[in-house]
Amino acid sequence: MKKYWHVIGIGIQNNLTYRVNYLTRTLFSFIPLFAMLSLWRTIYGGQGAAIAGYTLAQMISYYLLVAVVDVLTAVNEDDWQIAADIREGNISQFLLKPVDYLWFRLGLFFSGRIAFTVVALVPLAIFIACFGRYFVLPVNGIACLAFLVSLVLTALLQFFISYAMAMLAFWVLEVSTFIFILFAFEYIASGHMFPLDVLPPALKHALFFTPFPYQMYFPVSLYMGKIAGADLWQGMLVQAGWVVLAYVFARFMWNRGIRHYGAFGG
Amino acid sequence: MNRKSKVESREQAGPGAGTLAARPSTLVRYGGIYGTLWKTSVTREMSFKGNFILWIVVELLWFAMQLCFIGVLYLHTNSIGTWTQWQVVLLVGASSFIQQTYQAFFLTNCVNVSELVRTGKMDFLLMLPINTRFLISLRQVDLGAFVNATFAIAVMFYAAAKLNLHPTAVQFLGFLALCAVGILIHYSLMFMLAAISFWTVRAQGIVWGYYNLFNIARMPDEAFRGVFKVVFTFVLPVLLVSNVPTRVLADKLQSPVLWLVLLGMGAVCALVSEWFWRISVRRYTSAST
Repeated sequence: MKKYWHVIGIGIQNNLTYRVNYLTRTLFSFIPLFAMLSLWRTIYGGQGAAIAGYTLAQMISYYLLVAVVDVLTAVNEDDWQIAADIREGNISQFLLKPVDYLWFRLGLFFSGRIAFTVVALVPLAIFIACFGRYFVLPVNGIACLAFLVSLVLTALLQFFISYAMAMLAFWVLEVSTFIFILFAFEYIASGHMFPLDVLPPALKHALFFTPFPYQMYFPVSLYMGKIAGADLWQGMLVQAGWVVLAYVFARFMWNRGIRHYGAFGG
Repeated sequence: MNRKSKVESREQAGPGAGTLAARPSTLVRYGGIYGTLWKTSVTREMSFKGNFILWIVVELLWFAMQLCFIGVLYLHTNSIGTWTQWQVVLLVGASSFIQQTYQAFFLTNCVNVSELVRTGKMDFLLMLPINTRFLISLRQVDLGAFVNATFAIAVMFYAAAKLNLHPTAVQFLGFLALCAVGILIHYSLMFMLAAISFWTVRAQGIVWGYYNLFNIARMPDEAFRGVFKVVFTFVLPVLLVSNVPTRVLADKLQSPVLWLVLLGMGAVCALVSEWFWRISVRRYTSAST
């Protein structure tokens, strides 16, 4: 276990060398975010009433929270790096050493998130402060606690799904197209683009049979109290279930891939 | 006329004409070079056919997603400012058409600039006896983007039919001309972003920055106010590139001021980008030596 803590430590140091890159990324991401907020403000300006159960303040808070959850849990370059490791034969050394590649990558993923959060914290806080009068606080202590636990599960879910996707590199040379196709679905179906409540109810209901809402919409809804009571506990269980399933699937893909692996250039 | 007489007749015309014929005009020469670049690009793309098709699917999926977003928005409102649903679809179509056409000619090349600087391959390109900016801007053609541009046109036709638009020839040509200016702005801004790599060497966030920046080009301009609108109209004119052409096509242009601003900003962007390129390339220190 101790060795994986070292991985996190080294990962943080490595990632902090990209701090300027992270900072520009964060700053550039404010442009579409601000544009989205302006778009919704214009739409609300026309009618004033709540849309799909969201007041203007709640809608703006939703997008700000999406930005926060994204900084804390999104997979950044991990999937590309894993695919490159497989393609270039770098994983051969992990087959020989007593280090498990999945835990190793998970350590690097967490260190990447920590480094990114440290860099993005100040600009994001300033951005949110600019919208301070719209930003709603968690409805109660339980919501806040559930949000924090769900954040960890979200991060794990994001990572395991990306890890499993990157395993495609065992079979195909170029995985980026597959990653982008999945990302497109995640972007719209996870609630990144808009809260899923604005969808027709049947469609929203159908989406909850997929893991996508648990990658973004679910933790944000916990924070905002949109999901509470019995639904909260049930949702958390389902989310944990998806995490376990994604983990098993990631392991399965690795085991299948290794059998196919040729160790070129390792 | 046989071969010999051809040579003789050239000699008779004097030395001036001779050199002219021996060295074809700049335009013909660059045209020939560009033709060769196209040929190699086609060969390259066709050697990864599966990948070529998958990239088209990726782009189409993201385009479809934007249209879904518009569809969802208009479930809850009738207009954004004065923009109706099909006008916004027209806008998203125009925006995609401009972006894909730009992508077909320039995007890959702009992205590759930082790699050329980092590895020192720029040496080789700087030494060639042609305009370096021409070469690094147009080396590769992204053929898939043309396919996606056609889908954007199809969506625009559908939206125009829904809006019952019958653009006049002037409107149509004006639209195309303004799209060209839009492409010029895309290219100029992106090339400036790419030229930053002469300063920082590692400039990985460039594509990411570009997509975030032009993300707002497909949003109706009336959604914005204040400083944001001023900055993205007069400093980084992304709010003009697709909004103005769409307004021309959809009869939404109240005064000619808008397209004049777009033309002016296009010229300014092109000039600033050329100036920035010149001072950037002066900073180039070859990585290999």
